[in-house]
Amino acid sequence: MSAVHDELYLPRRSPVHALAPEAKIVASFGFVAMVAITPRRAVWAFAVYATVVVVGYLVAKLGPVVMLRRMSVALPFMTAAAFVPFVAGGPTVEVAGVALATEGLWGSWNIVAKAGIGAATSGLLASTTPIPDIIRGLGRLGVPATITAIITFMFRYLEVIVGEMGRMRVAMTSRGHDPRWLWQAKPIASAAGALFIRSYERGERVHAAMLARGFTGRMPEMGRRRASASDWAAAIGVVVTAAAVAATSILGAR
Amino acid sequence: MTTDHPTIPALDVAGLAYTYPNGHEVLQGIDLRVEPGERLAVLGPNGAGKTTFILHLNGIIERQTGAISVAGLALADDTLAEIRRRVGMVFQDADDQLFMPTVREDVAFGPANLGLDRDEQTVRVAMALQAVGATHLLDRAPHHLSGGEKRRVAVAGVLAMEPELLVLDEPTSGLDPAGRRELLDLLASLDLTQLVVTHDLPFAYELCPRSIIVSDGRIVADGPTRELLAQPELLAAHRLELPLGFHVD
Repeated sequence: MSAVHDELYLPRRSPVHALAPEAKIVASFGFVAMVAITPRRAVWAFAVYATVVVVGYLVAKLGPVVMLRRMSVALPFMTAAAFVPFVAGGPTVEVAGVALATEGLWGSWNIVAKAGIGAATSGLLASTTPIPDIIRGLGRLGVPATITAIITFMFRYLEVIVGEMGRMRVAMTSRGHDPRWLWQAKPIASAAGALFIRSYERGERVHAAMLARGFTGRMPEMGRRRASASDWAAAIGVVVTAAAVAATSILGAR
Repeated sequence: MTTDHPTIPALDVAGLAYTYPNGHEVLQGIDLRVEPGERLAVLGPNGAGKTTFILHLNGIIERQTGAISVAGLALADDTLAEIRRRVGMVFQDADDQLFMPTVREDVAFGPANLGLDRDEQTVRVAMALQAVGATHLLDRAPHHLSGGEKRRVAVAGVLAMEPELLVLDEPTSGLDPAGRRELLDLLASLDLTQLVVTHDLPFAYELCPRSIIVSDGRIVADGPTRELLAQPELLAAHRLELPLGFHVD
């Protein structure tokens, strides 16, 4: 039934799960920002970051398999990065008979390390926080209500719209439509148009249903627990640690 | 229902007419009085104006001509919010109605709009879900529910606003026979005035003692459901038909 949001969230009883969403969002973004500004040659710094992430997964009671699966979203970038040493110019080193550009190798490493740690961090956030909580957290961090409402509806209706699209495809296939070439795409384009109209009409019906239950144009605040001082302390702790590592590595690179 | 002294009607509609921008007169003067506690079926062919009619009851469609009052309160710009609390509307497609990410939040949406605080919201949500027998669905996501469960939660979302009048548009559409039976039992168990738009005549027969037939924007018949359904010519004239083998006794 739920092919679309095939549950990124993995419920556990852990301190990471228990943190308020806004604190986790701040910690994740702050941490990734520090990773991003770290000079690529400070290999030790990336080792520290990786350790922090691994500890995060362990405390959240999530295994290495989960972490690797979450990191797989960055695979396309990592694959692209693998080509850099072959095409970059400058001094080279010989590895197994192939000349690889030193600069290119560092470039690859830079992408792989930062993308990997970034993906693992956002994966940790997504695995420990249900999407509705993330949206609520964004709202509490000052993201405008219109934006969070749009994300909420996107999350809610993605499945419905994908379902409609699936039914239209079945209907097309049932009447012999079997597109193989680009010039057979016209029915798909018409179907996309029809899907747009249907989604638009659904939007109007949803709005009517909201008005019927007293909606006045502003989403009411219905959240559960807000971030406590200790939640913020944990979040700030993570960011400050990462900032210290980043600062040391930047100073060391001079 | 007491008839020995005059009561304030749960719903009073007088001279309601509505014309689409293209000139089509979809409602041509509806007069209807529904007493507190009554369950009324609204029958009629497609395109008769049934949905347009019920969307007037809580001001989703703006009134052009006529008057509407709900439990004695006249529908006007300044009473709109209270009217929407009093009229609980359950829409045909539950996916349109369940727009929040979890059942808990969806049922709390109405109470939150009423300005109730968290604790009161929690109480309302618990009571409404209990009334529809869906307490176990509290933390589920609407897209993971079955058709029957969605319908129950949609009813709960409306009950949480403690309405005076429950309006349901085609509540049995898309339900399997067991889901339909459960919904019927649920609605029959609620001590509320109900207005049920349906093509499911046996459903109307079992749930609603009184029915009206709306055709071409007018009420063409109003009476005990049993009497209306016992007139095959009347039904046929308005594109209605009892299922094969179904008889009213």
